[in-house]
Amino acid sequence: MGQISLNQVTKSFGDVQVIPPLDLDINEGEFVVFVGPSGCGKSTLLRLIAGLEDTTSGNIAIDDKDATALPPAKRGLAMVFQSYALYPHMSVRKNIAFPMKMAGIDEASQKAKIEAAASALNLTDYLDRKPGQLSGGQRQRVAIGRAIVREPAAFLFDEPLSNLDAALRVGMRLEIMELHEKLKTTMIYVTHDQVEAMTMADKIVVLQAGVIEQVGSPLELYHKPRNRFVAGFIGSPKMNLIDGPEAQKHGAATIGVRPEHLSVSKTEGLWEGTVGVAEHLGSDTFIHVHNTGLVDMMTVRITGDIEVRHGDKIYLTPDSTQIHKFDAQGLRQE
Amino acid sequence: MARAVTTQRKAINTTFAWIIGLLIFFPILWTILTSFKTEAQAISDPPIFLFFDWTTENYSTVMERSNYGRFLWNSIIIAGGSTILGIMIAIPAAWSMAFVPSRRTKDILLWMLSTKMLPAVGVLYPIYLLFIQLGLLDNVYGLTFILMLINLPIIVWMLYTYFREIPAEILEAARMDGAGLKSEILYVLTPMAIPGIASTLLLNFILAWNEAFWTLNLTAAQAAPLTAFIASYSSPEGLFYAKLSAASTMAIAPILIMGWFSQKQLVRGLTFGAVK
Repeated sequence: MGQISLNQVTKSFGDVQVIPPLDLDINEGEFVVFVGPSGCGKSTLLRLIAGLEDTTSGNIAIDDKDATALPPAKRGLAMVFQSYALYPHMSVRKNIAFPMKMAGIDEASQKAKIEAAASALNLTDYLDRKPGQLSGGQRQRVAIGRAIVREPAAFLFDEPLSNLDAALRVGMRLEIMELHEKLKTTMIYVTHDQVEAMTMADKIVVLQAGVIEQVGSPLELYHKPRNRFVAGFIGSPKMNLIDGPEAQKHGAATIGVRPEHLSVSKTEGLWEGTVGVAEHLGSDTFIHVHNTGLVDMMTVRITGDIEVRHGDKIYLTPDSTQIHKFDAQGLRQE
Repeated sequence: MARAVTTQRKAINTTFAWIIGLLIFFPILWTILTSFKTEAQAISDPPIFLFFDWTTENYSTVMERSNYGRFLWNSIIIAGGSTILGIMIAIPAAWSMAFVPSRRTKDILLWMLSTKMLPAVGVLYPIYLLFIQLGLLDNVYGLTFILMLINLPIIVWMLYTYFREIPAEILEAARMDGAGLKSEILYVLTPMAIPGIASTLLLNFILAWNEAFWTLNLTAAQAAPLTAFIASYSSPEGLFYAKLSAASTMAIAPILIMGWFSQKQLVRGLTFGAVK
């Protein structure tokens, strides 16, 4: 259970086509992350799968059955929203029970499932509270609890962590990953945060303007970005993309070097520049280098600490085995 | 910094507010006072304000002469029935306009409101004829239906405004949770909109209770509500102010008491969305 295929799916709002014809297969049990800049159509795509938006053309199959015209209630999917979307007038218990009530499950089994979900999500003490009396993290857990008890074919997450603070976000991220390990249910997760995408996904779908730029495992995307866009989007700090004569030396229109694939020296190296800002994280140091004559600013990532000051002269040398080459259309060259 | 309000300024404001409030309330107060006067005192010149011989004679006369209970019952049926019927139609209507608007939704809303701009007398003739044809003249159900239609635009507008405040994502969550349209409206939308629905109910009940044009024109004896009860005391042969006042007081008392107890709800409903 939990296989989803999109076949030539399009979506237009009025005259504006937000999703041009798109094909995508999501396998059973996969953790798939849709990632892309805001407005790239990733949420729309998720809502099309959920059935909250109608497709303009094309079809969507869930477990080999055509679901294109099915209402959301009949698709057997569960969704966790960015705003949690809990029912404010119901207690936590009733919120979690709601999908089971709709499915006509008897009270005794409802009770057992609520208890199980609550203990798995540390909500046992809060079952009789209203959502308004909970913290953001607890609310998100209730939303997840409500999704779990449905035993859906797939979970859909629409930027579920964006409303949480940084520390909670990391914790919830792990909880969702553990949940996936435990349930082995297909999960589709939408985010604009590429760190979330890299850490959580089995498969990442990178979207831009409704078009799938690349589908692959996190490491495939990191090591072999299919085009300039994916190269720039995946990885933090961003890949340094260099156009012009320096790229032509490698027989490409653009070359890309990740900040971690540059070595730094104060005495010698291939490219010379001056230090702008250095960000010391303790474990790593990010140095922003100016005046290289190649790009406005290059970012370098050094493991550990290094003593550099604003305005210092610095030399950078790329790891020649780690240079990505792109042609004039922005596509990867091998 | 909060705006500083001097004590003197506060006193002036309070006095001013009291004056306005009393001015608005004065006609009602005068009606109530007059209902306790004799007919002679009621028309005395200069008018007597408080110092007269209080009597409840008018009330007993009115009770003897007319069947207050029947008028009251008709009012309750007509105002209550039209309100409940209206809400039942307006909730789905407002739902669709608030959550699945089309390109023409705004036009429909305006069009609905525009029917309220038409003077009621403009459609009296056709409706009267229709009522004769359908045998609905002097019939509580006919009147209930007409009042429901008259107030429906206001009910839909009010509910539409409240529903717009409810995040669509919560309704979407209900859909994902397996709720069909009926469950979505019944278990999620309606409970969340209770304050709005309650104030719409109240306001509409008051409007229907006070409605006089249709209730006077389409009823005679059987279906006559309290408005007709009042009207029956303004006779062309001579005005019996004290009895008219007693009848009026009896007609407005139920709604006045209801309004008094629910004023918090009413105010909250009317300002819903404006203050947030």
